[in-house]
Amino acid sequence: MTRFALSSSPDTASGRRRRATIRATDLALLAGVAALVACAGPQSALDPAGRGAERIAELFWWMTAGTVVVWAAVMALAFYVSTRRREPGPRAPGVLIVGGGVVLPVLVLTALLIWGLALLPSLLAGVDAEPTLFVTGRQFWWEVVYRTSDGRVVPLANELRLPVGRPAVLQLDSHDVIHSLWIPALAGKVDMIPGRVTRLTLEPSRTGVFRGLCAEYCGLSHAHMAFVVAVTEEHEFAEWLAHQAEPASAPASPLAARGQELLLAHGCGACHTIRGTLADGDVGPDLTHVGGRLSIAAGTLSSDPRAFQRWIEAPEQVKPGVHMPAFAMLPQADREALAAYLEGLK
Amino acid sequence: MTDESRPPRENLWLLTAAPFIWLAHLLLSYITGAVWCAKIAGRGGSLGAARAAIAVYTLLALAGLALVGWRAMRRRRPVEPGPAREYDAPGDRDRFLGRTTLLLTGLSALAVVYAALVALFIRSCR
Ligand code: HEC
Ligand SMILES: [Cu+2]
Repeated sequence: MTRFALSSSPDTASGRRRRATIRATDLALLAGVAALVACAGPQSALDPAGRGAERIAELFWWMTAGTVVVWAAVMALAFYVSTRRREPGPRAPGVLIVGGGVVLPVLVLTALLIWGLALLPSLLAGVDAEPTLFVTGRQFWWEVVYRTSDGRVVPLANELRLPVGRPAVLQLDSHDVIHSLWIPALAGKVDMIPGRVTRLTLEPSRTGVFRGLCAEYCGLSHAHMAFVVAVTEEHEFAEWLAHQAEPASAPASPLAARGQELLLAHGCGACHTIRGTLADGDVGPDLTHVGGRLSIAAGTLSSDPRAFQRWIEAPEQVKPGVHMPAFAMLPQADREALAAYLEGLK
Repeated sequence: MTDESRPPRENLWLLTAAPFIWLAHLLLSYITGAVWCAKIAGRGGSLGAARAAIAVYTLLALAGLALVGWRAMRRRRPVEPGPAREYDAPGDRDRFLGRTTLLLTGLSALAVVYAALVALFIRSCR
């Protein structure tokens, strides 16, 4: 570096240029890879796994193709104008302004408007699906309730499971501020507004694990307000739901049993419900089957014992602004016991 | 033109007529829809009669806009031939207003149709 900077030989410039070119191609490559990677995966609207997302992706690609055509036409026109010899006729500007500035945009916008409007009813269609799902946005997690037609009410949190190939209607609400529920791979987003029920129809077309998120800034940990959506076969879904409806399993080891005692003794039950125990709070997520979730703390941590320990010790470090106090004052052994108990709640 | 000799009535009001019709159409459609869904049909109900009302508003608005457009057209007399000048004689101003009114009428008609399209496609209060 210094050597190049000190010398003023012609090498310098070409050397720099070479490095610059390498960097430019590297960057282009990186950008290309990033772009490709961003198009696939559990949270991509361009890798759709549900009917709503498929229609939206289709619209996206048509619009992209349309803008490419418009761009090419404008470029061609600019090229033509800068190279042609003949003077334009007196009517040419008028034709260009009225045609390109009025008629064309009106046609394109009208077509897009009609397309979008025609799309809406099918995305909103409220079939009476079974079970009914209620999702309430809370700072910074999701309260989920499944209600089946035979009267079972299954309160859950931070995870959705859906059977593949049939529609599910979500009724959305908020407990505090405006949130927005978005599962890019499955459908468009719908706001969750306090005091008002909005609806979202999901119709997954293939199985898989996807990521949903909050799409409306809602406070410090907005970016950590996510959840896992698992789309499974019908029978797997039925088994899962039946299991979720059951009360919590008893602690399987002495360590876990001690964890359960500690949990009740330290007042976790004032905020959390563990069905089948004395814990029946409703400030935080239902923990009845928290160990069986694919993630904890609303899509932020994995659900292994270490993650549980970390969460109990310093939730604020994982999610700033979180509405759960830290339990760092507990001895390490107690936190381990708590984690063992929670992780065993499959 | 028969009244070429008479000085044109310079009048800005016609200019505001078209946007005003657009405004009235949008507000009426919106309020009708909101009141219908909140008080009569219920959250999941059908837009039914509200859509019919919006259709009527739309026809009225378009008729009004046609009238404004027709009056604006009549003000667009051909340019009087003569020596080069500043184009700010009363006749020129009137012609300019007529042209502007006509353009605004077109824009308003488009906006009215776009708003009505929503009622054409959306059938329920959801
Ligand atoms: C003041 C109420 C409150 C108390 C007391 C409390 N929590 Fe929490 N807890 C919350 C809230 C709120 C959340 C949701 C945080 C978030 O994700 O934004 C939460 C989240 C959790 C989660 C993650 C749940 C999930 O679905 O991902 C676990 C596990 C948990 N708490 C365990 C505990 C344990 C163990 C105790 C007692 C040592 C405890 N909590 C005490 C309010 C509380
Ligand atoms: Cu949120």
